[in-house]
Amino acid sequence: MPEAAVTHHGAHAIPRLQHHFDTMAQQKEAATLGMWVFLVTEVLFFGGMFCAYMIYRMWHYDGFVAASRELDLGLGGINTAVLIGSSLTVALGVHAAQTGKQRQLVWMLIATLVLGLVFLVIKYFEYESKLHLHEAHHAAAMVRLFPAAGWFEVTGELAPLAGGIRLFMVLYFAMTGMHAIHMIIGIGILAVILRMAMKGEFTPQWYAPVEIFGLYWHFVDIVWIFLFPLLYLVNRHG
Amino acid sequence: MSTPITGTGSAVPAPALPERHYLNATHGLKSWLLTTDHKRIGLLYLFTITIFFLLGGLFALLVRLQLLSPQGAIMTPDVYNRAFTMHGVIMVFFFLVPSIPATLGNFLLPIMIGAKDLAFPRINLLSWYLFVIGGIFGIVALAGGGVDTGWTFYTPYSSMSSNSRVLTGGLGIFISGFASILTGLNFIVTTHRMRAPGMTWFRLPLFVWAHYATSLIMILGTPVVAISVLLVMFERVLRVGIFDPSIGGDPVLFQHLFWFYSHPAVYIMVLPGMGVISELIAAYSRKNIFGYAFVAFSSLAIAVVGFLVWGHHMFVAGETPYSALLFSVLSYIVAVPSAIKTFNWTATLYRGSISYDTPMLYAFGFLGLFLVGGLTGLFLAAAGLDVHVHDTYFVVAHFHYIMVGGTLMAYLGGMHYWWPKITGKLYPEGWSKLSALIIFVGFNLTFFPQFLVGYLGMPRRYAMYPPEFQIYNVLSTAGATILGVGYLLPMIYLTWSWFYGKPAGNNPWNVKGLEWQTTSPPPTFNFDETPIVTDATVLYGHPEEVKVA
Amino acid sequence: MQSSIPIFPDQASTIASRVDNLYFFITAVATFFAVLVTVLVIVFAVRYRRRKADEVGEPIHGSLALEIIWTGIPFVLAMTMFVWGASVFMAIARVPSETLDIYAVGKQWMWKFQHREGQREINELHVPVNTPVRVIMTSEDVLHDLYFPAFRVKMDAIPGRYTQLWFTATQTGRFHLFCAEYCGTNHSGMIGSVVVLPQEEYEAWLGGASTGETLAQQGEKLFTQFACITCHSPTAAVRGPLLNGLFGQTVQLASGTSVVADADYIRESILNPQAKIVAGYPPIMPTFQGQVSEEQVLALTEYIRSLPPAEGSAAAPQH
Repeated sequence: MPEAAVTHHGAHAIPRLQHHFDTMAQQKEAATLGMWVFLVTEVLFFGGMFCAYMIYRMWHYDGFVAASRELDLGLGGINTAVLIGSSLTVALGVHAAQTGKQRQLVWMLIATLVLGLVFLVIKYFEYESKLHLHEAHHAAAMVRLFPAAGWFEVTGELAPLAGGIRLFMVLYFAMTGMHAIHMIIGIGILAVILRMAMKGEFTPQWYAPVEIFGLYWHFVDIVWIFLFPLLYLVNRHG
Repeated sequence: MSTPITGTGSAVPAPALPERHYLNATHGLKSWLLTTDHKRIGLLYLFTITIFFLLGGLFALLVRLQLLSPQGAIMTPDVYNRAFTMHGVIMVFFFLVPSIPATLGNFLLPIMIGAKDLAFPRINLLSWYLFVIGGIFGIVALAGGGVDTGWTFYTPYSSMSSNSRVLTGGLGIFISGFASILTGLNFIVTTHRMRAPGMTWFRLPLFVWAHYATSLIMILGTPVVAISVLLVMFERVLRVGIFDPSIGGDPVLFQHLFWFYSHPAVYIMVLPGMGVISELIAAYSRKNIFGYAFVAFSSLAIAVVGFLVWGHHMFVAGETPYSALLFSVLSYIVAVPSAIKTFNWTATLYRGSISYDTPMLYAFGFLGLFLVGGLTGLFLAAAGLDVHVHDTYFVVAHFHYIMVGGTLMAYLGGMHYWWPKITGKLYPEGWSKLSALIIFVGFNLTFFPQFLVGYLGMPRRYAMYPPEFQIYNVLSTAGATILGVGYLLPMIYLTWSWFYGKPAGNNPWNVKGLEWQTTSPPPTFNFDETPIVTDATVLYGHPEEVKVA
Repeated sequence: MQSSIPIFPDQASTIASRVDNLYFFITAVATFFAVLVTVLVIVFAVRYRRRKADEVGEPIHGSLALEIIWTGIPFVLAMTMFVWGASVFMAIARVPSETLDIYAVGKQWMWKFQHREGQREINELHVPVNTPVRVIMTSEDVLHDLYFPAFRVKMDAIPGRYTQLWFTATQTGRFHLFCAEYCGTNHSGMIGSVVVLPQEEYEAWLGGASTGETLAQQGEKLFTQFACITCHSPTAAVRGPLLNGLFGQTVQLASGTSVVADADYIRESILNPQAKIVAGYPPIMPTFQGQVSEEQVLALTEYIRSLPPAEGSAAAPQH
């Protein structure tokens, strides 16, 4: 409520300063700290799943290796590159906002948006391939998601490892799904920020939303940086 | 030993309500539902959790009535299981967790540090809406037949076996979890960034320290329970097998994830209560708390060590003896900060100027009940003894002494202490003293017999029980009846006083603290001018004051 | 059991008095501090009650010496309790080497017990007095917890694995047996008695209640019935590892690690045979998940346990 700032504290009727803050610096510090605290929460949120992953990987190592081979390393690798690229564009965007380069800011945000969407599209195809009958490395073995009987079925040579494969797949969907939800939310926020940027609302004095969004986006990338080796690279050298 | 108090609040003229304050600044339902004023949001929370308290209390009553007879007096076991589960779920997730932080904390934390609002007012409102949505899911689960897993949702019963409304109830808890994450986030940032000039960390009221520690637990623990409840729901829908041993999962993993949050959650429930008590004892002794730094840091110590003790819920769940011993020793270590607090509170009374106003009676009550609750924790931390009393009524009695005896006494004490600030009105002193007494007596009669019957071996969550335990259960039910009356009284006279009470004045208790320097009720932005804090603002009997006199 | 109002539970096992002594010690410490604080609060509240409306307390802000004292003393006492509790816990956790083994399976909502001599009981357990008894348990469905208040021991029965508890009963008589882990609708109906008998009466009971077959003999029948014998025998065409003398031995696995062949290992090998492949054998055994009940697994385990080491081969089958 910027207007409140005027009515109650005419002394600092600064645009963009909310009524309950005294200075822009205070407001920005609060917002940044708030995002950091939120990210700590997020770490713990993913932490529960990472913890489950670690325990089950220890218990069902062979199953995890077999299941990991079912993932498409190529698509996963491309997606990793896409996300790292988007982290770069966001960082450049924040820098542009800081230095007041409007055009560069808008372009960097658009680039980030596109990269984010590319990631999701690739993810969609990855998921889709898992939803259909999937030929494994051994012709005799089959991993099937959502067969008529239930949601998961392993036949042939891999059958003995069904427990581990199933747990891996559950965690794969839970973790990457949760990550994808974070991406979708991020893209939603990004769209709003892009709109504001196109209207020229950000100035070197006030670009906190861009900066804080950047923190969030980097965090989502970092989660993927952990997910990628854990899920795609289980014993790949073997 | 006494020095005269001067400065703020020596009220000579009959106090009147200020002309403009946060309650009459705007009008209409919309002005409440869209408010970003932390004080109004605190009241919205107060209203909501009171409803849940009544609901949870109703289930408590059903539980106690059932246990009047060894065969079960009024319900089938199936209905009983739903009744005690709903009692636990509602009381823990929808009453105790938000109780002090979301009401008193919301209202007071910004005022106490001299801020105009919390750092993120809209997120604060969002938190209340999330809480309400979570609560609605809880109520829908209830209307659809309830949940019968116990508030702990242990797998594989909750994920594979129970045919009750686990999904809806779980979703309710998941959503309301985000309400407390947002509250914690807001408190942390506000405490760091919004303090008035001169409000250094060591001038912070202990109430704020306690809430800071609580917030740390909220942001670190809640997401883990959220994800574990989510995994249970996932498992129920898709039968994925994370917690199902027949396909390689581990039912005990859930207990680890659950208690990693839910043990610290006990401290979410009790730390704010400790903060309230620190304020009350100082105020009604007109004396600063003894060993301020020790009380403040013991809150943080509890918050930190509290995260390392979850395994003491699993001494007999097949964990290795060595990890059991590790968790046992950590559980003993977490007892020490609570002891430090208790001794400091007691020492604060020494050479104080002690009055027996209602909030102080609640504080005394808290000391007595928390003492019993805390000391009986020592029995449970002893691994070899816990094997016997684990999952018996001994545990039930222990955590009710902490969470109800401790937290609820503090909540009511705090509510009485700050009620004149919140509403600008005084409540009837005679009634309030009577209710404090009734609650203390009723509480002990309800829960003390449970220690005895627990050591005798009566397991918890029993709809029926061997007849020799009956006498203790009858005593307990009798006590619960008295307790119920004790809880209803304040609701009635406090509500009455809001409309018909005498104006309280800015500082009716004549005590320290920024909240007493503003009007009662405070203006929308809490202070007409940003206060500047000095030693004299926070210290009783400060030389500067004496000089003025 | 007595019908009058009980004050204190029966002390009917060797461990019970140890648990109770710790209980009395902590009660004494707790009472001391409860009384100390209560008396101080009352004395201060009366002695320093407010006499004038505007008086304030003396500005005392703390004392480091006192803080150290009331941090140190509780800490020392807490550590004493920890050590004491730990020693009692280890006594409960450490099973004596010679025990009478009884198997238990928890199931919504009953306790099923199997004696090695072949007797089966439901919600009632007969044990001899003054003999260390070990109960090895699992669950067929959800979590349960076998609890003997008079013996001061309990242990969760967890589906998918074995847990155990032990006790030496010191009094004959009938005592409660509870399920202490909430397990659904009739949780409170999952109760029964443990009957402690003098040795000779116990033996008479064993004889009287006998089905004529020991648990191992029942297992042997199952071994044939499920056709285990077609592979796990020296003459079999498709050779599986020989099971003679296997129990308690270390087994080399194909993965290069080794494992001790205990009840958990045998159970896993029956229900999920591919989890641990014995070195030198092809992974061809089918799973028996869903075909054998937990009780049958126990009988099979007991049978394997009863097999004497085969002639010539040292112990564990390794190639």
